[in-house]
Amino acid sequence: MQTTFPRLMLEHAAKRPGDAALREKEYGIWQTLTWADLASLVRDIACGFAEAGMKRGDHVVVIGENRPRLYATMLAAQALGAVPVPLYQDAAATEYSFPITNAEICFAVVEDQEQVDKMVELRDTMQPNGGPLLGRVWFDDPRGLRHYNEPGLASLDALVASGRAWHTAHPNWFDDTVAAGKATDVAAMFFTSGTTGNPKGVVHTHFTLLDRAAAGQRFDKLTEHEEVLAYLPPAWIGQNIFSYAQWLACGYVVNCPESTATVTIDLKEVGPTYYFAPPRVFEGLLTSVTIRMEDAGAIKRNLFKHFMTLAERVGTAITDGKAVSAWDRLRYRVGDLMVYGPLRNTLGFSRVRVAYTAGEAIGPDLFSFYRSIGINLKQLYGSTETAVFVCLQPDHEVKADTVGVPIDGVEIKVDSSGELLVRSQGLLKEYYKNPTATAEVLTPDGWYRTGDAGFLDATGHLKIIDRAKDVGRLQGGPNDGAMFAPKYVENKLKFFPHIKEAVAFGDRREKVCAFVNIDFDAVGNWAERRNLPYAGYVDLASKPEVLELIRSCVEKVNADLARDDKLAGSQVSRFLVLHKELDADDGEMTRTRKVKRGFINDKYQVLVDAMYAGLPQQFIETAVKFEDGRTGQVSATLTILDAKTFDAAPVDLKAAA
Amino acid sequence: MNAATQAPMTDAARDPATGRRAGEVILDVKNISLRFGGVKALTDISFNVKEHEIRAIIGPNGAGKSSMLNCINGVYAPQEGSITFRGQTFSHMNSRQVAEMGVARTFQNLALFKGMNVIDNIMSGRNLKMKTNLFQQAIRWGAAEREEAQHREFVEHIIDFLEIQAHRKTPVGRLPYGLQKRVDLGRALAMEPQVLLLDEPMAGMNVEEKQDMSRFVLDVNDEFGTTIVLIEHDMGVVMDISDRVVVLDYGKKIGDGTPQEVRANPEVINAYLGTSH
Repeated sequence: MQTTFPRLMLEHAAKRPGDAALREKEYGIWQTLTWADLASLVRDIACGFAEAGMKRGDHVVVIGENRPRLYATMLAAQALGAVPVPLYQDAAATEYSFPITNAEICFAVVEDQEQVDKMVELRDTMQPNGGPLLGRVWFDDPRGLRHYNEPGLASLDALVASGRAWHTAHPNWFDDTVAAGKATDVAAMFFTSGTTGNPKGVVHTHFTLLDRAAAGQRFDKLTEHEEVLAYLPPAWIGQNIFSYAQWLACGYVVNCPESTATVTIDLKEVGPTYYFAPPRVFEGLLTSVTIRMEDAGAIKRNLFKHFMTLAERVGTAITDGKAVSAWDRLRYRVGDLMVYGPLRNTLGFSRVRVAYTAGEAIGPDLFSFYRSIGINLKQLYGSTETAVFVCLQPDHEVKADTVGVPIDGVEIKVDSSGELLVRSQGLLKEYYKNPTATAEVLTPDGWYRTGDAGFLDATGHLKIIDRAKDVGRLQGGPNDGAMFAPKYVENKLKFFPHIKEAVAFGDRREKVCAFVNIDFDAVGNWAERRNLPYAGYVDLASKPEVLELIRSCVEKVNADLARDDKLAGSQVSRFLVLHKELDADDGEMTRTRKVKRGFINDKYQVLVDAMYAGLPQQFIETAVKFEDGRTGQVSATLTILDAKTFDAAPVDLKAAA
Repeated sequence: MNAATQAPMTDAARDPATGRRAGEVILDVKNISLRFGGVKALTDISFNVKEHEIRAIIGPNGAGKSSMLNCINGVYAPQEGSITFRGQTFSHMNSRQVAEMGVARTFQNLALFKGMNVIDNIMSGRNLKMKTNLFQQAIRWGAAEREEAQHREFVEHIIDFLEIQAHRKTPVGRLPYGLQKRVDLGRALAMEPQVLLLDEPMAGMNVEEKQDMSRFVLDVNDEFGTTIVLIEHDMGVVMDISDRVVVLDYGKKIGDGTPQEVRANPEVINAYLGTSH
């Protein structure tokens, strides 16, 4: 697409000036900003920027929630040829210091007092003797800022006013400068979090973002009639694609919620047709439904239970358009009238045509819950560097464990080490001022190294199994040389509500063994319903009944893995249930709750050795750190169990379980 | 809230050194004595409140703080003394008169309509400002409808100001205590008061809720220039946010001044910390 974001915006404003571009709920009412309003707002801000001395190629930080005027700010910066750099609004001031110094950013447009405080603090710490960084800061919401006397600080209203005056003096400047913009100009820069070292600025041009936005638009046949709710951080590329790039590409309406606390209410009011959320949002919604149903009266509860059982059996098939008996179809209709429809409405999904989830693996039960009540929830695969859209699931070809087919303009290949490479028009231009990092991920012939291990399955769907660096091989034994994807196995285990964490071992070993952490709440509840007394976590985790429960979960995972010829060797042959919860305080997990496999391997060496030596049980004593900082000892004799494994031939899951 | 609802104060009235506004005496309490039979609740209390200031009344349990507030508010009629409000002197006030003069209050143990939602509760604070009669309001047509829309807009500004958008339609009884206190404040603000009486606005709150409430009290004072008289037990909060403090003990005034002065006053220390015998 040989155009730019500001030009697209002006086209919409010329073609349908009175149509809604953005909506924001303010004082309890949805206020509409039309394309014509937006165009003049963008023009005024751009002129204000020009007057403030912003030039083509400069960078502007934009920090805040999804606010119409911050969207206009990004457009204004792009109109001028400057590069908006959205940053996460909940980050601490120090986290902004790298991006701002890295890109030598002198201009900032922020949402409110909270962000202004961070900017002022940062400006003073970065350059105690004064300097150009963050010289000009504008804010959207003036609340609490009336008495601020900081140099260079002004309201967006003031910027708009000065821009309007400047426009009167230079009437042709805005149109000329928009016309001078090229598709290959840099459109935006996104900083990736970076688990090690400094974050990296991912540079995208108008062309790369719009190419992918248009590809996604064609794939799902999006029109200007879509409604989208913008509630995820604008600094995240997913949000930027769904409610900025595609917004301008398709010309649909983006709705900004009143505040983060009102998102669920606003979701219901707006009734989006195109929706995107990471799995944890869907999980949160399901939890709230479950809790509310448990509080409901007996009739409602039984009705819900009855129809959810039906939906579980036939709902997904009906959503997928597969053959279902006429009797079930009729009953599903009734269910739709009485349960599914009202439920979709409560969740705010009654108008959803296409919903996507991405970012992490979604549990199959969670995924099929939404599909079974008639919500077209799908998965996609992509990253900041690929401008999101790499693989998407086509309607009616949705599977819980794949992420879809490569879409328009995407080529995929897997190199000898199992790492996935992607080539498309939407790849990043470079990492900002970081040629070494750029060279590491971009090959000379235009492929991008994703760092993920995956493969295309028999039906052409991409399956992501793990980070490439974590994937190992089994050595010796019957499955010598088979691929071992620890995260894939662990995720499959964790999808069971009774299992909280799992750690799989197997790289350069002859078979796969695993540690399992029970979910204390779920298993405790399970035990209570069976009148199984227990004294505490350690006691519960060592109950023979609990061990059998976990064994059945592990065997289900094995049966599932056996159906996949590439991963059949990763079946768990032995496992044990740990006597303590893995905890970040003990260094066993990261703060974001990812297990540190290497550390755990060393710390519990005796247990790992015992599992591989075939011992039936093993004594262990471990130091634990309590939340108040004291340390103590926990000891237990853990039973090591064998789990049934299955032949790689396709097995009927029900028979195996 | 913006200029449409209440004109913000000009910066000219501010003390350039402290950033605080100093005004004329708006409320002057002189020689108030209040007795319930033989029980002397208040004895010869005098103090004044200046416009735009935050004035705290502190004291141990039973010191007469709430009684003092109830005298200003017109709930109790003191046997002796007078109260001067904006130059008009009253020997006692009646509560409707007080409300019409622009004095609003919140209650120590919330007096909200538990079954009504947040909007309706705050709307009830607009009652005095409504011109249409009950019959018109019941039909809700023409003038009544327009009036309701205007008041609703004002209420929405308060909701925005107090950041309770997510709870608009929630029945107040279902809200956590800290939020109910905020709704109570919202209802008082709906009266567009010149003087706001807060009876233990932070009682029973956790630290975070106290911080939020302190911020709202300061914001109200700062944004609208509202004069605030508050009773509070949390000394940290009182010393941080108030301009001047009155200390009561057994119905008598034992101290009056800035937080620093009061803190150094030996009588206050005795009343609060006790003496060693």
